[in-house]
Order: sequence, then C-alpha cells, then structure tokens
Amino acid sequence: MKLAVLFSGGKDSTLAVHKAVEKETVSCLISIVSMNKSSLMFHTPNIDLTGLQAEALELPLIRRLTEGKPEEELEDLKKAIGEAAETFGIEGVVTGAIESVYQAERIQRICHEKDLWCINPLWKRNQQDLLEEILQKNFQVIISGVFAYPMDESWLGKTLDKGLVERLLRLGREYGISPSGEGGEIETTVLDAPLFRRRIDVLEARVEMEKTSGTYVIKKTGLADK
Amino acid sequence: MILIVDMNYRKDSLAFSEFVLPIIAVVSIFQESTVKHYLEVDEKDLANYDRIILSGTALKDNETLRKVENFGWIRECEKPILGICAGMQTIGLVFGCRLKQSVGIGMTQIRTVRENPLFSLTFRVYELHNFTLDPCEAFDVLAESENGIEAVKHKEKLMYGVLFHPEVRNREIIERFILM
Repeated sequence: MKLAVLFSGGKDSTLAVHKAVEKETVSCLISIVSMNKSSLMFHTPNIDLTGLQAEALELPLIRRLTEGKPEEELEDLKKAIGEAAETFGIEGVVTGAIESVYQAERIQRICHEKDLWCINPLWKRNQQDLLEEILQKNFQVIISGVFAYPMDESWLGKTLDKGLVERLLRLGREYGISPSGEGGEIETTVLDAPLFRRRIDVLEARVEMEKTSGTYVIKKTGLADK
Repeated sequence: MILIVDMNYRKDSLAFSEFVLPIIAVVSIFQESTVKHYLEVDEKDLANYDRIILSGTALKDNETLRKVENFGWIRECEKPILGICAGMQTIGLVFGCRLKQSVGIGMTQIRTVRENPLFSLTFRVYELHNFTLDPCEAFDVLAESENGIEAVKHKEKLMYGVLFHPEVRNREIIERFILM
C-alpha cells in the first residue's frame, strides 16, 4: 500500500514513518506549516526543518502553509492530502497520533472523504514504552519546545536520553504532564534516526522563553554523513 | 486465557498496533491472551480459551465482511465472544443479519436500551465505522444512537457486539466482559 505520513519532524511522526516503512511503502511526507503557535492540530516549533529532514530521509515532501484557524486549517490539510493522492497515488495516510481523539477524528474524516486509508500505528501506546522505543532505535531527538510548568529553558535543546525520559516520567507522576507531550507540554525535533541517510547538525540556535512557554529556535543547520 | 482475533486486512499489518495492541493492554491486566489473525483461527483450538474478542479494523478495511465464510466457527462457538466494530458486523453477518450504511467517526453519545452486564445509561463512545446492523432475529439490541444500533447480544449465546471502540474510550466494558 502506498502511503503518505503526516510529518511534523518530531519524535512521534518520525517513529510513525519508521513503522510504516516496515510494513508498507511510504511514498511521501506531508507537513502543514501553521502560523498559529497554539494550533491543536499541528506541531509548530522548527516545522521549517521538515524540508531538511525529508532530504535526510530521501522522501518527497508536500508542504502547505495554513493560517491555523480551527477547522479552516483542516481544509489546508485536505488540500495537501489531495495533492499527495494526485502526485504520488497514495492509498492512505499514516499519523503519529497517540492519544488525541481531536486530531484522530479530524484526520479520519478527511481520509474518509478522500476514500483513503487512515492508519495510526502509535495509537493508545503506552507513552513510556514509546519513549523507550525511540531511545532503543537510536533516534537523536532534542526538546524544541516546552509549554507547561515546571519546565523551563534548561530543557530546550536537550537531547532525549535515558535521564531525560526519567525526568519526563517523573513530571508525569508529579504534575500530570503527558510524558510524550500529547497535551502539547513538549515538542521535539528529530536530528537523526535509522532511516535518515544523513544526520542533521544544528549549527546555530537560540532559546526564546516567555513565562512557561519556550522554544528552541533552530537558525542554521547542515546535513552530515553518518 | 483470552483469544484476541486480529480482524485486520492481513497478519502483522500496520493496523495491528492500532486495533489489537490496545485490546491486549486491557486484557493483560486480568488474564493472559493469545492473538491469532482471523485466517488462522482453528475451530479445534477454541476449547483452549475462556473468552474471545474480535478486534476492529481501519475504516476502509472491510475484508472480513467480504470473507464471512472464514467465520463459520462463530456460529457453533459456545464461549463468550465480544465483537468490536468490524467484529460486531462480522458476527451479525454470520447469523444472517444485514448491514446498513452508517458512517460514524469520533465521539458519539449512545443510550442503553436493554439492561446488560457490560454498560448502562447514556454515555459517550469513540466510533469508527461505515456500517451498522439492521435489526435482526438473532440479536437483542442493547444500545442505540441517532444513527442506529450500537450494541447487540445474541438471544441465546453470551455473544456481544459493540459498534464503538471500548479500547479507546470506555475500557471498563472490556474489563467487565473479561470478568463476566
């Protein structure tokens, strides 16, 4: 089955790419670049990096801008999925959704309207298991956004490792934060993964912090041989 | 031991983790389970299991509805069975019910119309289906929504069907089935 993966460049959609490649054919990636930093549908920090990530994965990328107005942004996603169907003949769409019924329901409806399969290989997975799988698969993941107390700028740009996973799990227990960031508490950016032919090096970045919201803004990058 | 039947389009499919793993996660709290793809279920093995759960499938996956001849064992089975979504639709077809076009995607309110050990009152469920069952001789209707039948029980057997996905919302329904 020829599939497109909805790709934000974060850990979950990158893991979804890996799952999809194991079972089916991934024909392209789709990224929605939202101007609305509070979008409930789309990841925003470093979304511009998806072009470089797609290059590293050697997969075509369909990118579409959206103003990010609720529901209108779905029209932009629908157009992007339509373009993937026309250009690459995809038969279905894969997402990295884990818990969000809000996201899953909306993407299911678009796929139904387009007569496409919709598959969510991470759906309802235990978040600790997923984080551990990401480490086990040697993904290089950095924290690119924090949006919940008590996270602060010290988290930004940090690489996800065993210690950081333990801290996330502890915050989950103590503050009710979703360790995987399903509630938008954290956003991540993947710099390397098994399917990346080349890895991404961050050459310049800056931290932008306002109260409990912070973003690690990647300014300059390069692709390096692995 | 619970038998979980993987109803997806093929064994070890990309959809397995979406529709079967969440059921295993609930079942594993109470009992051991074995998973078999529907094409692998052998009638002779059924004696090894206490209960059987038939999984749902992706919205576009209607394979089991076209291959209902693979489910003849359901007709003879005396073990408690819970069919989820495609599982319920398939059970219905085995007993001669008809399917009716009914698209349900996302959260929906349903109401209990017949007392049963799995659920009660009015509650919200997560749905993902293209069809529901038409009312038919073999089953009592347990729950309904604006779009039609949402849950059934075979009139003579401990055989239940829910059109919605209790592994996503309302996991206690699976728990009650296991402990019933």
